[in-house]
Amino acid sequence: MNAFYNLVSGPLVWVAFAVFIGGSVWKMTSLLSEARKKDNHIFEYWSWGHAILSYIHWLLPFGSENSKQQPVMSLVTFLFHLGIILVPVFTMGHIVLLEEGALGWSWPTLPDQVADIAAWVVVGGCCYFAWRRLTLEQVRYVTSPADFGILIMVAAPFVTGLMAYHGWGDNLLMTSLHMFSGEIMLVAIPFTRLSHMLTFWVIRGYTASEFGAVRHVRDW
Amino acid sequence: MSEAEAKKKIDIDNIQDAGLDQGVAKLTPEHIEKVINQVMDAETGARMKMYVDTCVHCGLCSEACHWYQSYDRQPRFSPVGKVKQTIWKIVHQKGKLTPQEVRELAVVAYTECNLCRRCQQYCPFGIEIAYMIAMVRRICHKLGVTPQYMQDTCHSHSATLNQMWVKEDEWTDSLQWQEDEARDEFPDLRIPVGKEGAEIMYSVIAPEPKFRTQLIYQAASIFHESGADWTMPETRGWDNSNMAMFSGDTELAGRIVKEHFESAMRLKVKRIVMGECGHAYRAVYDVGNRWNAWKMFPIPVIHSVQFFYELITSGKIKCAEKYPEKVSFNDPCNISRGMGLHDMGRHVTEVFCDELIEMHPNREHNLCCCAGGGVINCGPPWKNKRILGNSAKADQLKRVVDLGVTTIVAPCHNCHGGLDDIIHHYGLPLKLKFLGDIIYAHMEKTRAVE
Ligand code: SF4
Ligand code: SF4
Ligand code: SF4
Repeated sequence: MNAFYNLVSGPLVWVAFAVFIGGSVWKMTSLLSEARKKDNHIFEYWSWGHAILSYIHWLLPFGSENSKQQPVMSLVTFLFHLGIILVPVFTMGHIVLLEEGALGWSWPTLPDQVADIAAWVVVGGCCYFAWRRLTLEQVRYVTSPADFGILIMVAAPFVTGLMAYHGWGDNLLMTSLHMFSGEIMLVAIPFTRLSHMLTFWVIRGYTASEFGAVRHVRDW
Repeated sequence: MSEAEAKKKIDIDNIQDAGLDQGVAKLTPEHIEKVINQVMDAETGARMKMYVDTCVHCGLCSEACHWYQSYDRQPRFSPVGKVKQTIWKIVHQKGKLTPQEVRELAVVAYTECNLCRRCQQYCPFGIEIAYMIAMVRRICHKLGVTPQYMQDTCHSHSATLNQMWVKEDEWTDSLQWQEDEARDEFPDLRIPVGKEGAEIMYSVIAPEPKFRTQLIYQAASIFHESGADWTMPETRGWDNSNMAMFSGDTELAGRIVKEHFESAMRLKVKRIVMGECGHAYRAVYDVGNRWNAWKMFPIPVIHSVQFFYELITSGKIKCAEKYPEKVSFNDPCNISRGMGLHDMGRHVTEVFCDELIEMHPNREHNLCCCAGGGVINCGPPWKNKRILGNSAKADQLKRVVDLGVTTIVAPCHNCHGGLDDIIHHYGLPLKLKFLGDIIYAHMEKTRAVE
């Protein structure tokens, strides 16, 4: 067990970050250079003003027509994504590790209770998405096993993190699993649908540019 | 079971279409694989990849589609459901499809999606489903599997550069005939043909000289009354419509648009004014110019709605007496969502009509009439399926009928076709008008004889 802990808290952290960062850079540069060659209109019609307005409308709940028509989904998605970013970046445990281990500097943290709630929100969000996939026909129709796989992959670090934090189960095991599943998720980002974290900005911005700058209408 | 429900039970899955059936009969698995992969490799790139890989299968685009709304929310009609049946299949099977599967692609792509882009406005990522569906059509075109009626209009474009097999002498004859007719009302009216150096070239879609010649008379009256310096081409390129853009024949689509612009250049006009058609506007603005490697128009092009707006705000035409009935404005996707002309259209309507009542959703969020994107051009075999595929629009129309509306103003030829069918099928007491109809009938005619 100690060996596993040493592995996931040591070398694997580095590997995971390297793959995540390297993979993301590779993914985006290769997509963008291919776009340069074959979809050059993305650059030709790009308009930052419209892109930024669109980002704002689509990132905030109830900023778009569809978001207004789907209030529950909008709130859940918003809080879920907020949690997914806030919890890993602003949790005490993570920052301490980073400060002591690698970077030597730190930033403010979320109060433990807030981080706790945010982690629950993420887990709840995963459950809600799974429920949608199972019960709403239009979602079930386009759902594949991989979609559940991704939900599990995202939920795992949060579930294990909560267990470790609350002292449920064997602490060393939970902490190790927490680290391990977090690393898996990080590595998966550039290579799975989780890459929407990266491509969102391009697709949304391009659509916003076509709608706003070319067709003179709102895209939200 | 109500009558409407009973009618929905028509067999929408086994519709025969000679174009599709004969095309499919000629296919071999090797040919299919080769063509699909050639299109996917050579003609798509990062954009397609990003759309396919980013879509999180959330189904949030479903509600946007009138097909989905109209067919009892069956998932196969949801936008992402259509992508699943087409592009995902192509990607997963690496182009190895059976002839029957190719037919299924064609049915979804040509007859179940209007490329109206409404779903793009409802997807959190802004994924353009219409682009993917258009790519499927491209593949079907290259495989020779296209709906017969649509292909027929493309053949006409190819041979005559107009959609309706109108020959050159028939074209000028039609113009002269309308000029003659109009001179009873406006003695000095001319339809200048091939006049070099005029300010405006007026272009129409081929169904105008073929079936709706009256519209040319009306447009000529409006030009005449406003004192415009205009002309129509005597040569090919007078037709601004473009069915090839819908069949997936991009080469031909580009040729049509090029000829349209070149006839304007030959005539040395300052700009082109187009008749009231949404899809033709899309062809020159969105599709043809890019295919010809122009970022924007090589010569400014405006849609009738913009032109009418200009004439009214500059005082060149005035309303004599308002259209007395309650009207509602149908936003054609290709000029509302496609160009933001919804407010100008409303302005013109309000100047000429007593009361404008809004239908919802509207403006850039309008629901498509279900004729657009070439779906109506798939012809009679698909008509009932298409009409049932837009009961959502019928509901929308019913709601304004309940508010006392008797007339729908729709500045788009396609919308007229689609709405006309819906109005008849669902028995709605509604008249359909172009803006030109209303302006012609209700403007001050200072140059007319009694
Ligand atoms: S018809 Fe319109 S809303 Fe429906 S899938 Fe096609 S583009 Fe999207
Ligand atoms: S809304 Fe967008 S991401 Fe969701 S299923 Fe539709 S296309 Fe995919
Ligand atoms: S026919 Fe009219 S409403 Fe329908 S797609 Fe074309 S422009 Fe849109």
